[in-house]
Amino acid sequence: MSSKGQITGEFFLSGDEACAEGALAAGCRFFAGYPITPATEIAETMSERLPEVGGTYIQMEDELGSMAAVLGAAWGGVKAMTATSGPGFSLMMENIGLGIMLETPCVVVDMQRAGPSTGLPTLTGQGDMMQARWGSHGSYSIIALSPSSPQELFDLTIKAFNLSEKYRLPVLVMSEEAIGHMYEKVTIPPVDAIKLTPRRKPNVPPREYLPYVADDDLVPPMAIAGEGYRFHITGLTHDERGYPANSAEAQDKLVRRLVDKIDKNRDSIIEVAESGIEGADVVVCSYGISARVSAIAIERARALGIQVGMLRLITVWPFPEKRVREIAARIRAFVVPEINYGQMVLEVERAACGRARTILVPHMGGAVHDPETILDAIKQAAK
Amino acid sequence: MKTTAMASIGTHPLDEYLRADRLPHIWCPGCGLGTVLGATLRAIGRAGLDTEKTVMVSGIGCTGRAAGYVKLDSFHVTHGRALPFATGLKLANPDLKIIVFSGDGDLTAIGGNHLIHTARRNIDMTVICVNNFIYGMTGGQLGPTTPEQGRTTTSRAGNIEKPFNIPRLVAAAGGTYLARWTTAHVRQMERAFVEAMQKKGFSFVEVISPCPTYYGRMNEQATGLDQMRYYRYNSVVKHGANLDEVDISLNGPIIVGKFIDTEKPYLPAPKAKNGK
Repeated sequence: MSSKGQITGEFFLSGDEACAEGALAAGCRFFAGYPITPATEIAETMSERLPEVGGTYIQMEDELGSMAAVLGAAWGGVKAMTATSGPGFSLMMENIGLGIMLETPCVVVDMQRAGPSTGLPTLTGQGDMMQARWGSHGSYSIIALSPSSPQELFDLTIKAFNLSEKYRLPVLVMSEEAIGHMYEKVTIPPVDAIKLTPRRKPNVPPREYLPYVADDDLVPPMAIAGEGYRFHITGLTHDERGYPANSAEAQDKLVRRLVDKIDKNRDSIIEVAESGIEGADVVVCSYGISARVSAIAIERARALGIQVGMLRLITVWPFPEKRVREIAARIRAFVVPEINYGQMVLEVERAACGRARTILVPHMGGAVHDPETILDAIKQAAK
Repeated sequence: MKTTAMASIGTHPLDEYLRADRLPHIWCPGCGLGTVLGATLRAIGRAGLDTEKTVMVSGIGCTGRAAGYVKLDSFHVTHGRALPFATGLKLANPDLKIIVFSGDGDLTAIGGNHLIHTARRNIDMTVICVNNFIYGMTGGQLGPTTPEQGRTTTSRAGNIEKPFNIPRLVAAAGGTYLARWTTAHVRQMERAFVEAMQKKGFSFVEVISPCPTYYGRMNEQATGLDQMRYYRYNSVVKHGANLDEVDISLNGPIIVGKFIDTEKPYLPAPKAKNGK
């Protein structure tokens, strides 16, 4: 991939700008989107930067079309992404499902704002976390990442592209307004220091190519349009030839693989950040901006002599249930601050299996938590 | 007694374009889709398209199944989203020749917004819109193309809505080529497809096509033949027709012909000679 136009060095960037630069550094050469606060600056940056690196920006008529165009571009042979917020994310669910069914590598960024519906367009929220997991119909597994800073938005956007190519599915970057509009120092490494996962190309002659014969890791190699493979793909349940297969058996085989290719590779997908978990009585489990606010509360709690650790979810889906279960056996309680009325807390509770208490610190959105409310929960948990 | 050896199943001129292993197709007896698809495939040959670079994208519905029968890179996507999917494909890979083959419900109802915007952008692709006035796959419901008073399973007493005049809709939005034919006009339809495929920009051909199983049966044209007879005796060829006058009414005339054939800047913009 050409490095022409890619920037290197230290910059003062918003999360949205860092996300766009991360996409470009990952080799993204196509963006289709629809303006929506607070993700608009990603589209604006891409509209300016993509032509400089030989890529294409298109502003679609809505998010239904944006997501469809991203899938089309991926099958045309380029790395592609879109960025949106809650209302647009809802519309994208339709073609995120198609992306999963066709096994299409691409990246979707959700700069969350407070909902439901139009909600608080300019103010932060984390209310789409379960929608990220379950929002499209049918059974499937997904990968979603949650950055806590503009730097991490840069890094995780690259990681999202790499995971999408490796496992062939839309990978979600679940950020929020507070990070998207936060300005911080972002270090962009030299082009050759950024590790990229190439698309898995077919290793058989075109005549023998079947689009859905998977490799050992359950992921099939991918042909792109115009290379002579003459493949057919469909959103219908299909067999290894890509042909519609209208039966429970075909459904079982396909859906099981779509789920298993993520779930069986979860150990190599999942990334968390931990601190002070050894010997802790209480562990704060959080993500995104809420994890940053939690860090203040944890510092204050430690000053009060409370043994409190931090488990920050960088990968939110698949959920790191094994790690949560291990920790649950050794602590008194989890404290889960999130800017919604309790979403990831349900996963923590499920994984903890009653071995540790789970205390939700909800916030309905529009602002981040007051660290004192998290501190109160930590104190209560330590009792 | 004269005995004739049973003919072996030989090759068909369109075999090279078809996934023979997927036949027989799902379309009903009397349906016009085979006629339209046949004309499309012959047109691909006549237009001299490189089949390795020719892609078919379809949405959902009876017509949407076409993509599954052609031996091209072919995509059967979500309902209404064939055009934005095709837009992404074309912009990412301008060397591809894109043919969107889909139905009236897919393109003008659930995909109506994408239709006007793809035409407005004048994205370089050919759209073949098969209009049978009804939702066939789901069993014969009212669509935005059902003529006034037309009977369907959701308009038993007759449609009270005014249908789309598709050519006028598309022309108002944009594009460089626009024609309408019926399945009774096989040669004209095929020629229109060739012209559309050779055209730069957004080219659109509406084909009026029988659905005897649902539309015909409920509207006193019970067989495919009845519908074809109707097209044969009620079509009026009017090239360059005033598009205000090409509405379709129940039992009324069907104005067919080439309505627009023009040049306009299109996307993706062609590369300049200096490579920029």
